[in-house]
Amino acid sequence: MAYHLALGGTHYEFRDLKTLLAKASPLRSGDQLAGVAAENAQERVAAQLCLAEVPLTRFLEEPVIPYEQDEVTRLILDTHDKAAFAPVSGLSVGEFRDYLLRYETDTLTLSALAPGITPEMAAAVSKLMGNQDLILVASKIRVVTKFRNTLGLPGTLAVRLQPNHPTDNPRGIAASTIDGLMYGCGDAVIGINPATDSPAATTVLLRLLDQLIRDYEIPTQSCVLAHVTTSMRCMEAGAPLDLVFQSIAGTEAANKSFGINLALLGEAREMALSLKRGTVGDNVMYFETGQGSCLSAGAHHGVDQQTLEARAYAVAREFSPLLVNTVVGFIGPEYLYDGKQIIRAGLEDHFCGKLLGLPMGCDVCYTNHCEADQDDMDTLLTLLGVAGVNYIMGVPGADDIMLNYQSTSFHDSHYLRQALRLKPAPEFDAWLGKMKLMRDGRRLEPVTARHALLAPQLDALAS
Amino acid sequence: MILAMPNEITTFDPWTELRRFTTARIALGRSGGSLPVRERLDFQLAHARARDAVLTPFDPDALAEKIAALGLPVETIESAASDRAEYLQRPDLGRKLSFHSRSALVELAAKTGPSDLLILVSDGLSTLAANSQVEPVLAALLPLLNESGWKVAPILVARHGRVALQDEAGEILRAKMSLMLLGERPGLGSADSLGAYLTFGPKVGRTDADRNCISNIRPGGISPADAAKKLLFLLTESVKLGLSGVNLKDTAGELEGGAMAELE
Repeated sequence: MAYHLALGGTHYEFRDLKTLLAKASPLRSGDQLAGVAAENAQERVAAQLCLAEVPLTRFLEEPVIPYEQDEVTRLILDTHDKAAFAPVSGLSVGEFRDYLLRYETDTLTLSALAPGITPEMAAAVSKLMGNQDLILVASKIRVVTKFRNTLGLPGTLAVRLQPNHPTDNPRGIAASTIDGLMYGCGDAVIGINPATDSPAATTVLLRLLDQLIRDYEIPTQSCVLAHVTTSMRCMEAGAPLDLVFQSIAGTEAANKSFGINLALLGEAREMALSLKRGTVGDNVMYFETGQGSCLSAGAHHGVDQQTLEARAYAVAREFSPLLVNTVVGFIGPEYLYDGKQIIRAGLEDHFCGKLLGLPMGCDVCYTNHCEADQDDMDTLLTLLGVAGVNYIMGVPGADDIMLNYQSTSFHDSHYLRQALRLKPAPEFDAWLGKMKLMRDGRRLEPVTARHALLAPQLDALAS
Repeated sequence: MILAMPNEITTFDPWTELRRFTTARIALGRSGGSLPVRERLDFQLAHARARDAVLTPFDPDALAEKIAALGLPVETIESAASDRAEYLQRPDLGRKLSFHSRSALVELAAKTGPSDLLILVSDGLSTLAANSQVEPVLAALLPLLNESGWKVAPILVARHGRVALQDEAGEILRAKMSLMLLGERPGLGSADSLGAYLTFGPKVGRTDADRNCISNIRPGGISPADAAKKLLFLLTESVKLGLSGVNLKDTAGELEGGAMAELE
């Protein structure tokens, strides 16, 4: 169905809903690369004006990728909760934006609404929202998940400890892990991106982290971010695996290029649940996403990258994850050109994920061929903190020596926790107190080389 | 890396010895909970180096002159990306020859005839890597190729190239194999890293799955001499098997010092 708008003597026509969404999307290089972006600034606003009038029910009638062609579309439509949708079913996209900002639309209202919102509705409304709207609405939403601790509670900010090493050297990984723990980080997960994706190498790393978590009774979970099939083989062989990781995208074809489908993810989740390794909850999945992945896989169906990103959250939602994070600036300037585009995309992703009911974190990051720097990351980090992000990454000195990009550091988490009065997950916070690493949830304690976490490492060096 | 020294204002981390195991920025110390100034500026310097590596204008003629001194004919060409900003936003243009360069190569092909190997070098994402690593790698590789009787086409130097450009050029020049050397996306500690990508039966439409790669060629990574040996091995195996890509394995195997080392 075509959408029309007359504006200042110009008649705009948008061929179909996906075209309207793409043209209404704030400027970014990936949509230009895909050839779906608005021709100019006025056409973009015309599309936004036109989109504001579209009834939310239209998104249930006109899938952006056909139902017959794509299992993600089938998932979205088949699992749509009509009862949850009822309170907003009479609204247009524009009215929905205003509804989300009302005082009366509170945490409880938004939680109840989540199963009734489709990714396309979330993406559409985000395109009509300014950065402050994205922050305010997201800050009203709480998504709490549990495995060995409780993540996402009000007043908390968790950190994924990311101790990567270019050759997966266990001592190198242990050194960075100790560094992060000494800085009070690691409550979201201690998660390693492996340089080699093999069950044997993954098992070595899983055992290393499992031992550390058990030795020091750390209330957290570990993850080696290998392919889901690698994790399944590790579980079959009896490896101590807490969370199943997978990168996911918003189309069946893009997921196929990742070597996954919905059935496979379901199978992996069942395997992880059967291990019963969680102590306070059973959210066993960890997903990563990022705008541009479908285009990069040649599987975007002419849909803009932000809408496709929101569709990836529908995939995540199906499997009740502990953690979802958008790796926002990793993909490069051909998708998000500069700091401005990365900041906007990070806020959109966090908002859309939260609106759909996901425990959103964000890898606030950039590569060296992007027009971005550490100041842009400080800005996005702060905005996401205000928006109530569940967790951020903690990389030693913000410099990932394996993936060659810059993320956020352990120090950055201290900045954010101090500035916004945030604490770690409660179980982890108690452990940090017990270990005399941190007090009041955010003040690091002085330590000596004889600290229980350090002494064994340093003694091993001396011998 | 600049060491954060203990003083009265910042807090020293008593685990600097763990740096022996990793080049990660650990035990940085803290001012309150924040990064001490020297560590902050050390990071800024590394980022500045990486930015300059990406943005420094590339002079193909100067590199061509250095390569010519090694004794092979050299031609300079261009990708379809017209400037650095376009190159960064349009990877598709970096993978294609400009109209002008395509015609030039068609003419060149008529003069040179088929060859065993086309070598194309480019700035890629690090001008610094191209300027500092290409000549040493070629100086090590060309004699090895010569000894093994490879017929090498004139070497091409391209501005704003991406991986795949060598396959279009190799197809036009009727080369049995193509090899591209180009600057990799700079990391903070590795702004000068060169990558090498080779394809058997180069032609437009080849994908990453059809290519083999050696990355991290730089001081502190893989040396030019080692890179040349690995490349000769891969090129020779590739011709022998009549393929390249996922089915051609570098038998060097596991990463040195990797997780598997612990199993032994």
